Amino acid sequence: MKFTLSWLKDHLETDASVEEIVETLTDLGLEVEEVEDRGARLRDFTIGRVLSAEQHPDADRLRVCQVETDEGVKQIICGAPNTREGITVVVAKPGVYVPGIDTTIGVGKIRGIESFGMMASEREMELSDEHSGIIELPSGEVGQSFTDWLAENDPSKVDPVIEIAITPNRQDALGVRGIARDLAARGLGTLKPHAPEPVKGSFPCPVKVEIAKDTLDVAPHFAGRLIRGVTNGPSPDWLQDRLRAIGLRPISALVDITNFLTYDMNRPLHVFDADKVHGTVRVHRAKGGETLEALDEKTYTFAPGHTLISDETGVESIAGIMGGEASGVTEETVNVFLESAYWDPIHTAYTGRDLKINSDARYRFERGVDPEYTLPGLEAATAMVLELCGGEPSEIVEAGAPLKTARSYPLDTKRVISLVGMEIPREEQVRILTALGFSATGTGDVLEVWVPSWRRDVQGEPDLVEEVARMASLTKLEPKPMRRPRPGVPAPVLTAGQLRERAARRTTAALGYNECVTYSFIDAAAAALFGGGGEATRLENPISSEMSHMRPALLPGLLQAAARNQARGMMDLALFEVGHAFHGGEPTEQHLQAVGLLVGQSGPRDPHGARRPVDVFDVKADAEAILAAMGAPAKTQILRGAPDWWHPGRHGMICLGPKKVLGVFGELHPRVLAAMDVKGPAMAFTLFPAEIPTPKDKSASRGAVTLPEFQSVDRDFAFVVDAGVEAGALVNAAQGADKSLIADVRVFDEFIGGSLGEGKKSIALTVHMQPTDRTLTEDEIDAVAAKIVEKVNKATGGVLRG
Amino acid sequence: MDDLDALKSDWLGRIGAASDEAMLEELRVAALGKKGDISLRMRELGRMTPEERQVAGPALNALKDEVNSAIAAKKAALADAALDERLRAEWLDVTLPARHRRVGTIHPVSQVTEEVTAIFADMGFTVAEGPQIETDWYNFDALNIPGHHPARAEMDTFYMHRAEGDDRPPHVLRTHTSPVQIRHMEAHGAPCRVIAPGRVYRADYDQTHTPMFHQVEGLAIDRDISMANLKWTLEEFFSAYFGTKVKTRFRASHFPFTEPSAEVDIQCSWEGGTVKVGEGDDWLEVLGSGMVHPKVLEAAGVDPSQWQGFAFGMGIDRIGMLKYGIPDLRAFFDSDLRWLRHYGFSALEVPTVHAGM
Repeated sequence: MKFTLSWLKDHLETDASVEEIVETLTDLGLEVEEVEDRGARLRDFTIGRVLSAEQHPDADRLRVCQVETDEGVKQIICGAPNTREGITVVVAKPGVYVPGIDTTIGVGKIRGIESFGMMASEREMELSDEHSGIIELPSGEVGQSFTDWLAENDPSKVDPVIEIAITPNRQDALGVRGIARDLAARGLGTLKPHAPEPVKGSFPCPVKVEIAKDTLDVAPHFAGRLIRGVTNGPSPDWLQDRLRAIGLRPISALVDITNFLTYDMNRPLHVFDADKVHGTVRVHRAKGGETLEALDEKTYTFAPGHTLISDETGVESIAGIMGGEASGVTEETVNVFLESAYWDPIHTAYTGRDLKINSDARYRFERGVDPEYTLPGLEAATAMVLELCGGEPSEIVEAGAPLKTARSYPLDTKRVISLVGMEIPREEQVRILTALGFSATGTGDVLEVWVPSWRRDVQGEPDLVEEVARMASLTKLEPKPMRRPRPGVPAPVLTAGQLRERAARRTTAALGYNECVTYSFIDAAAAALFGGGGEATRLENPISSEMSHMRPALLPGLLQAAARNQARGMMDLALFEVGHAFHGGEPTEQHLQAVGLLVGQSGPRDPHGARRPVDVFDVKADAEAILAAMGAPAKTQILRGAPDWWHPGRHGMICLGPKKVLGVFGELHPRVLAAMDVKGPAMAFTLFPAEIPTPKDKSASRGAVTLPEFQSVDRDFAFVVDAGVEAGALVNAAQGADKSLIADVRVFDEFIGGSLGEGKKSIALTVHMQPTDRTLTEDEIDAVAAKIVEKVNKATGGVLRG
Repeated sequence: MDDLDALKSDWLGRIGAASDEAMLEELRVAALGKKGDISLRMRELGRMTPEERQVAGPALNALKDEVNSAIAAKKAALADAALDERLRAEWLDVTLPARHRRVGTIHPVSQVTEEVTAIFADMGFTVAEGPQIETDWYNFDALNIPGHHPARAEMDTFYMHRAEGDDRPPHVLRTHTSPVQIRHMEAHGAPCRVIAPGRVYRADYDQTHTPMFHQVEGLAIDRDISMANLKWTLEEFFSAYFGTKVKTRFRASHFPFTEPSAEVDIQCSWEGGTVKVGEGDDWLEVLGSGMVHPKVLEAAGVDPSQWQGFAFGMGIDRIGMLKYGIPDLRAFFDSDLRWLRHYGFSALEVPTVHAGM
C-alpha cells in the first residue's frame, strides 16, 4: 500500500514529521517498507531566466538563448516552441542527470553553436506527460533549487511516498483513511471528519439492477446510479499526480476517480459505459461456460458458482474482480453507470484464485471492504464525477441491503495486562478502542466492545487484545524475566534418539567426513535408482523437475554433491549427511539416516606412499565406529542381500539377526554411479539410528572391571579353505572352540591362489586365550588348539596350511 | 712406590687412547684380568711382610679402582660418541609434509541448531520433533489458518500428490515448524516449554530464498506467561547466542496463530557494509512471535481459559549467516567442499553454555 504525505494529510491534521510518522506506522504494525523522496532526483535542477532568444542561423526550429543562472549567464540552444525572452525556466546544467530522457547533460555543439545545458519540460523531469514545451514558472528566483520551489508551490509533486506492508487482517489500512485513523488513535494528530453529502438525483435511474436469490449470500448489496452527459477527458493534475506517485497510470477522469476511491477509502468501484449496457443489470452465479473479455484484454471462461454481473446480452463484469472490456468507459463515454457493491471476501478469493486474476479490487474485496460504506462511497464518487466530468445524476438504484455486521465481544481489561505483560490502565484501553472506532460499554474490568463495520477481521477477544497492545506500543514493552520451570541446575533435555543423532553427526565428522545438508527433494530418475520416485512421494507443484520427489534415501543427494565437486576438480571426497528419508507420502513415513560417502583416494600424493584408493574396509570401519558411538551392541552379524544400488559382491549389512538391519556398507553399484555422473568407484554406508535397540539398563555404572592376573597366550593358525568361504565363518568357529578361554579371534592375513591352487585361499587367524583362574599348561593349550582346528574344519572345510 | 705411579700413568694412558669398545675390553683383561698386570701385583701382596703389605695394599687397591673407573668412563664416552655418530646419520628432512589426516566438519546448520538447543535447554526448554510431510490440518487449520485465509496463498506451499480416489486434502511439506506446537501440546498438554528445530519448505527460489530452509519454533505455555516474558527470553537467547548484550525491538504485526503478534528486530550496525549485532542504531528483523491464539490452544486440546503463553519462529540459516558472516543462503545446500571446509565446524567444537559458542 502506497500513499503520499499530502494524501495522508487529507485525512489527518498533523504537524508530525515524516520520520515520526514512519516510525509510528512501523510500531503500529503497518510496517514501512520504503519512503521515496521524490524531490531527490530533481535536486540539481535550478531556476533560470531567459534573457534573450535569437533564431539559430542554421536551424529553423532552434533558438540560441542567453539564460541567467546561479553560475552566470549561459548560452543554451533550445527547440521548444514556447522559448522566449523573459520567461522563468528550469535549467539542467552540464553534469545534471535528466531522468525523463535518462541522460546526463554535457557541453555540446548543436548545428555548430555551443550549448551549455538544457531547459527542461515536465516530461523530462518525470513530473507529467506534458512535453509541448519547456516549463514556464509563474515565480521563482534565479539559482533557486527547483525542488525547493516545488515544495513551496506544488508540494504534491515532490512530497514523500510512503509504502507500507499490510498484514492480512488490516483491510481497513488498504485505504489512506484507515492509516490516518491508526495514527490519530496513537496521538499523532486528529482525524478529519469525512461524511459524503448525499447527491440528489434528478431523474429515476434507467438501468435496473437485481441480485439472483441464490446469489444474495455472496452478493448481499448492489447499488448504482447513472450520470448522463459527462465529459470524460484526462483528470486534473492533482489527481494524476496522486495516482502517478503511487505507481498507477492515469487513464481518464472516470477511471481515475474509481482508482482514487479504491486507495483513499478502500472502496473499489466500477464504471460502465451506460450506452453499452442493455436492459437490467443482474448479479448471479455462473452456470459454467460463460466467457468474458475483461479489461486486461484476456478472455475468461467461468465455472459454476463464480459471481458475475450480466445484462441482456451477456456477462459484463466479474463481480469484485474485474470489469469487461466491452462495457468499459472510454474518452467518448457520455452516460456512465457507477457501481458500488459488497462482495463476499471468501467467495471473491476463491473466484479470483480460480481465474488467476490479481486486481486491486479482488485484493480489497477478499480482505473485506466496509459494508456500510457502499452508499457513502457511491455518493463520494458521484460528487467527484460531477466536479470533474460534469453531467446530471440519476437517483440511486439498489438491490439487496448492507450486510449486518454489528457485533460485540467482552474484553477483560485485566487479561490484556496479563497477556501483554504491560500495565495498560482500563481507561487507556477504552480510549484506544474508541479512537479506533470501537465503542466500549460496561463499568467493571470486563468491557463489552462493539466492532466498527470496517474491521471485519475482529472476531473475538484476542483481536481486541491485539488492538490495545499495538496501540499501547510493543516497542515500549519492557522485558520481564521468566523463571525456570524448576529451580537449580537444568535437567538434560535430549531424548535417546536426539543423542544418537548427535553422536552420529559428531563421530562421522571426527572420522574426517564433511557434513552436507542437501535438499529433501530430488529428481524422479535419481529417486528411482534408490527405490523411490513413486506417486506417493511426488510433489504436486515442484519448483523444478530436479526437485520433484521426496528423497527415498540420502545417498542420491550426496552422490549429486560428489558429482558437482568432481566437476569442480575436487576428486577425493568424504561427505556425510544425517537427515530424514521418506519411504512414503504420509507424515509417519519418514525415517532418519546417517550416510557417508567416500570417493577417490585416501589422501593427496605424499612422499610416504600413504595414498591409496578408498575401499570397502574404510567405510566398514567408519560404519562400525559410528554405530558404536550411537550405542549399538558390539556383537553384530554381517549379512549380504542389500538393495541393488550396492555392488552385489562388495557390501555387507550390519545386522542383529536377519530382520534387524542397523546399516549397510560397501561399494556402490557402478551402473548407479554412471547414471549419476559420479566418477567411481565410490564407497558408502547408510545407517539407521532408529533401529538400534535402546539399552534397558539406564544406570551410569559400568560394573566392575576384571583384570586377569594369569598370563594370556596367542596362537596363530593358517587355514586353507575354498575361496568362497567367508573369514567370518572361520572366526565364529574358532571362537566356539572354548568360549570361556578364547577372548578374541582376529584375521591377520588373507592369501589367495598362488601355490594353493585355483579356487583356494588361506586365512590366518590369531587366537587370544585368557585364562582367569590358572596359568595354562602346554598340554592345555595344545588341546584348545586341536579343538579350534576341528571346529573350523567342521564349519568351513578348512584345513591347517602345511 | 714409584713403579706404581709409572704403572698407573701407563695404564691410564693406554685406556685414554683406546679407540673402540673391543680394545677397551682387551685393556681391561690385560690390566685387571686373572693374569692381568695389576692382578699379578695384587697376588704378590701375600708374599710381603705385614708392614710392607700395609703400605702396598691400599696403594694397589686405589690403583685398581682408578683403572676400573677410567675404563667405565672411557666406555661411556665411546658409547656417547657412537650414538652421536648414529644420530648424525639419522638426519631427516622434517620439512617434508606430515602424513595426511582427513579433517571432517560439522555443517553450520547443525552447529547453530545445537547452539540454539544448548541455550534454550538451559532455560528449561526441551526439544520436540515433527514430520516434514504434514497434514493440511496440522500445518494450517489447527494454527487458525482456514482454507480461504490469504496467509495460505502467501505461504508458497508445496503440496504432495494425491492419488485418485483419495479425497483427503493433499498433505503439504510443512511451511513452518509451528505444527510441532500442536503435536507437542496434543501429546503432553500444558504447562510446557519446548523448541522444535527442523527443515521447512516454501516454493520460492531466488537470491535470498531457497525452497528448503531451517526454522526453530519456540513454545512456552503456563498460567501467567506474558509477552514481556517472551521479550526477556529472546533477549537472553540472542545475548547468549551472539556473545554480546543484544537488545530487541518488538513491532506489532499479525500472524493467524498468535495474538497479539510481533515481529522482532535485533539491534545492529551496518558499518562498512557488514552487519554487527548488538551495537549501533539499526534494527534487523529476525523472527515472528506472539501470544498463542486461544483457537490454537483449543485445537491442541489445551484450555485457553486456564493456560496462556508465547510462541516464536526463527530462521536457523538466517541467524547462522548473521553470526558467522555467511553471505549466500543457496550455498548452504550446494555441498561445495571448499565452502564446507571454510564455514564448517570441528567435530569437537560442541556448543555448551559453560564453554561458550
